[in-house]
Amino acid sequence: MAGYVIRRVLIMLLLLLLLSFTVFVLFSLLPADVARLTCGKICTPETIEANRIRLGLDKSVIEQYWIFLQGVVMGRTYGQGPGAIVCNAPCLGYSFTRQEPVLKLILERLPATLFLAMGAFVLFLIGGVALGVYSALRRGRWQDKTVMGISLVGYSLPSFFIGLVVVYFIIIRWQLLPFPSYVNPWVDPLQFVQTMILPWLVLAVLYAAFYTRLTRSQMLETLNDDYIRTARAKGLPERVVIRKHALRAGLTPIVTAAGLDFAGLLGGAIILETIFSLPGLGSLAVSAVLSPDLPILVGVTLVTASFVIVANLVVDLLYAVIDPRVRLA
Amino acid sequence: MSAFLEVKDLHVSFPTGDGVVRAVDGLSFRVDKGRTLAIVGESGSGKSVTAQAVLGLLNRNFADITGQVWLDGQDLIAMSDDQVRELRGEAMAMIFQDPMSSLHPFYRIGDQLMEAVRTHHKVSKQEARERAIDALKQVGIPAPERRVDDYPHQLSGGMRQRVMIAMALINSPQLLVADEPTTALDVTVQAQITELMLKLQAETGTTLIIITHDLGVVADMADEVTVMYAGRAVEMGSTDDIYYRPEMPYTLGLLASVPRLDSDLNERLDPIPGNPPSLINLPPGCVFNPRCTFKDEVPGNRCTTERPELLASSAGHLVRCHLDAAQRVAAREAST
Amino acid sequence: MIEATDRVEVLRVEDLRVYFPVKSRGIFPRTVGQIKAVDGVSLSVGQGETLGLVGESGCGKSTTGRAILRLINPTGGHVVINGTEVAGMSRRQLRPVRKQAQMIFQDPYNALNPRHTVGSIIGAPYKIQQIDPPGGARTAVREIMERVGLNPEHVNRYPNEFSGGQRQRIGIARAIALRPKLIICDEPVSALDVSIQAQIINLLQDLQQDFNVSYLFIAHDLAVVRQIAHRVAVMYLGHIVETAPRSVLYSEPMHPYTNALLSAVPIPDPRKQSERERILLGGDLPSPINPPSGCVFHTRCFIAQDRCRTEVPQMRTMAPGHEVACHFPITEPLKGGVIHGPDPGLTAPVPGEPGYWSETVTDLGGVGTSRLDSANSTDEGV
Repeated sequence: MAGYVIRRVLIMLLLLLLLSFTVFVLFSLLPADVARLTCGKICTPETIEANRIRLGLDKSVIEQYWIFLQGVVMGRTYGQGPGAIVCNAPCLGYSFTRQEPVLKLILERLPATLFLAMGAFVLFLIGGVALGVYSALRRGRWQDKTVMGISLVGYSLPSFFIGLVVVYFIIIRWQLLPFPSYVNPWVDPLQFVQTMILPWLVLAVLYAAFYTRLTRSQMLETLNDDYIRTARAKGLPERVVIRKHALRAGLTPIVTAAGLDFAGLLGGAIILETIFSLPGLGSLAVSAVLSPDLPILVGVTLVTASFVIVANLVVDLLYAVIDPRVRLA
Repeated sequence: MSAFLEVKDLHVSFPTGDGVVRAVDGLSFRVDKGRTLAIVGESGSGKSVTAQAVLGLLNRNFADITGQVWLDGQDLIAMSDDQVRELRGEAMAMIFQDPMSSLHPFYRIGDQLMEAVRTHHKVSKQEARERAIDALKQVGIPAPERRVDDYPHQLSGGMRQRVMIAMALINSPQLLVADEPTTALDVTVQAQITELMLKLQAETGTTLIIITHDLGVVADMADEVTVMYAGRAVEMGSTDDIYYRPEMPYTLGLLASVPRLDSDLNERLDPIPGNPPSLINLPPGCVFNPRCTFKDEVPGNRCTTERPELLASSAGHLVRCHLDAAQRVAAREAST
Repeated sequence: MIEATDRVEVLRVEDLRVYFPVKSRGIFPRTVGQIKAVDGVSLSVGQGETLGLVGESGCGKSTTGRAILRLINPTGGHVVINGTEVAGMSRRQLRPVRKQAQMIFQDPYNALNPRHTVGSIIGAPYKIQQIDPPGGARTAVREIMERVGLNPEHVNRYPNEFSGGQRQRIGIARAIALRPKLIICDEPVSALDVSIQAQIINLLQDLQQDFNVSYLFIAHDLAVVRQIAHRVAVMYLGHIVETAPRSVLYSEPMHPYTNALLSAVPIPDPRKQSERERILLGGDLPSPINPPSGCVFHTRCFIAQDRCRTEVPQMRTMAPGHEVACHFPITEPLKGGVIHGPDPGLTAPVPGEPGYWSETVTDLGGVGTSRLDSANSTDEGV
């Protein structure tokens, strides 16, 4: 088990290396001139050239990548003399438009995204699985059809639509909640909840629809399995049969999907963060695209990609916990 | 002796989009305490549905069940689902065909056995575990105190069927229903399991119902036999009645179509022609008439118009057939 | 019975081996062992003859059949079909051979494409082999359907409109369409009800009469094999342990495994059954990943001696056509009563010992592996 984890972590690092290189090369192929983007209209050709050298953009892509890697491990200094900018390790780059190291920007934005993802995750997982089980147990009856109908709607509605409708009615029209303005929960818990409740619910509805359908189909499948009949033949109460025997057996694909969805949410729910003006990774990415600010884009891409890779490892480890037939070695 | 289990006029049907499937159509039988009844039939004969109806395992939302199932003086059909559930695993238990899929793959076999104990008895975990180990020992599992912590996938098919038997017998039920208990097993393991079941029955005096298609297994284990075809009992009697004095053409056909190790080497099999009927669209009259080679011997097209009753041909030997006694003897001689 | 001297061999298999690698899990899987599913199998089938290949699950009988037709690539050995060595042939080179050797599968439900009509399923071999039968493919298909007992009017129906027995007839029709010399029947009747089973056995016998086709008849049911085979080979854990003409094998089996196998098959006759001599083998089939040393059967054998644990028995000819791989073949009939094999309590392997049974899933592949198939033992032993 330990050996397996070590191997997987090493592979993960290799993947990240490969990924960062790909991202680096891809962005360097963009037609935009990064040096020109470092300052606005006030740029003189001299400043641009100076920034080009400071950023190392005069070097080849391979060299730039090597310097970037060095920066991640040991930190990096842009330029020389008194005007030099120091970016401490791990340095994921430096945003000249914002005059901040990319990592610092990302870390500032992480809490909002993290809280959004966790809250929504708990809601959609519990809600989706519970509705899925309920629906499966009433297969073919009106309750099942209602739940399935609603989940189909939820599944097919685009998030910007639900988001905007909710903002319009609840905040603007009926004024049930104040305008969203994000604060960290330890600063003002009430305002935090008031801000987060709508994006949580909207995300939960969107994702729960998928988990309802997935859980329902898993349950219908496992409820026909022979060991469920065995459990009933033992005289177990039906609720134990459902909870302990059927649901546990159908859990694996739900865990897979949930792990990857959680990682995806950590990458930022771009549209919802924008609608509810949450200072998360998604809105950071959006503004980086609009500015445009390449170092930030490279940084955000790398960080969100590593979330997905880590989530994969966690999901695989969870398999072994759920299913004793799976041996990780 | 009094009947320990008595099934009276059992009907089970499943409404489907294509029509009503009549899986069991007026079945009655009885088993005395400590005896072994085999219900024999091919797929679609209703034998497995009968077993599940007796145990109350059919979902009444999807199945229409009428009739009576008397177990030791109580009618299970009239009881609530919860009352039947309390008897299940305690007074009556069941083992299934496929031991590979009948145990939960994610739980240790010990936990699955302990669950069976603790569902019906308030005992400590420790005591339940000891009972589980005892039960495993009883069914011949080696090193039960270690095996109790194994997962099902660590056991072979034969071992898993032993675990299933241990689980069924752990609360000492008076009735055990075994649905094709050896069909999924290799023949050498089949022999082990058959012997184990006979041994345990001799020790515990459990009443046994074996559901099977295998006439060899029946010959090995049963005292009495009920032959089912398309949801109806077509012949019932002692094992000797069925094997040496069969009267219903379906029973005759079944016995003649089984390849056997003791037949003349160059003898060809004598199959029953045609295919079993659709349970949605049963033929009128005798359900076996489309495949019966003797139906022309009965005057007045009775086989295709009039449903035969299950009538005694001798004490304890019941046959559902329009052929008269002499015709039945002639049919038996023609088919052997 | 066909005499060995003037018999025309349609199939000859020599020292066939099929090993499946056991891989460790991970991104860089290593081969950590081998499942010797088929380990040095030799057999031959004469023209118009049926060789029964019997054994329990995991013995490698199905793998043997598949390896002969190259549905699985053999690890080594020779396969000669109608005089042509097929081992090492490419797919393209195999095509003309396939005309002479066909296969019938156990499960008539899965072996037929549900989206093709019966006519196109049965006629497919003509298309694949680019053959224009006399009178055209359509007429030929209808003739074959009639021959195997299907109503030719049903040529445009789909497989799901037929019962299990009728579907097996479709499978047989497809196999016989090109008039092959050899058909490998892999458990062709074990999924069928008794009354239908007998119909199919008789049909196969009739077709053999008409077309002089040879069968390699793979089955676990000894009574079925006795009904149809001229000669029988018994397999255990990848090896053939005994081969004999049918009449000899069933009356004077020499290998202790064959004896045990035969005595385990119940006879549908209560009186005979209660008087029979019985051999109850202890334990279960050992895992083919870690087979026992010496004679692979020694862990369950009721007459095993020290030599059996160390020395692999070679195939010996005991009588014309009767070969046995056993150090101590049984030549005297066994006495009545019940002979117990080693007590399962003593022989069942525990973790770490050879033969310990475990179906641990060792590789999940990376992301996206959804449900694990419920573990079931297949004849491939994997």
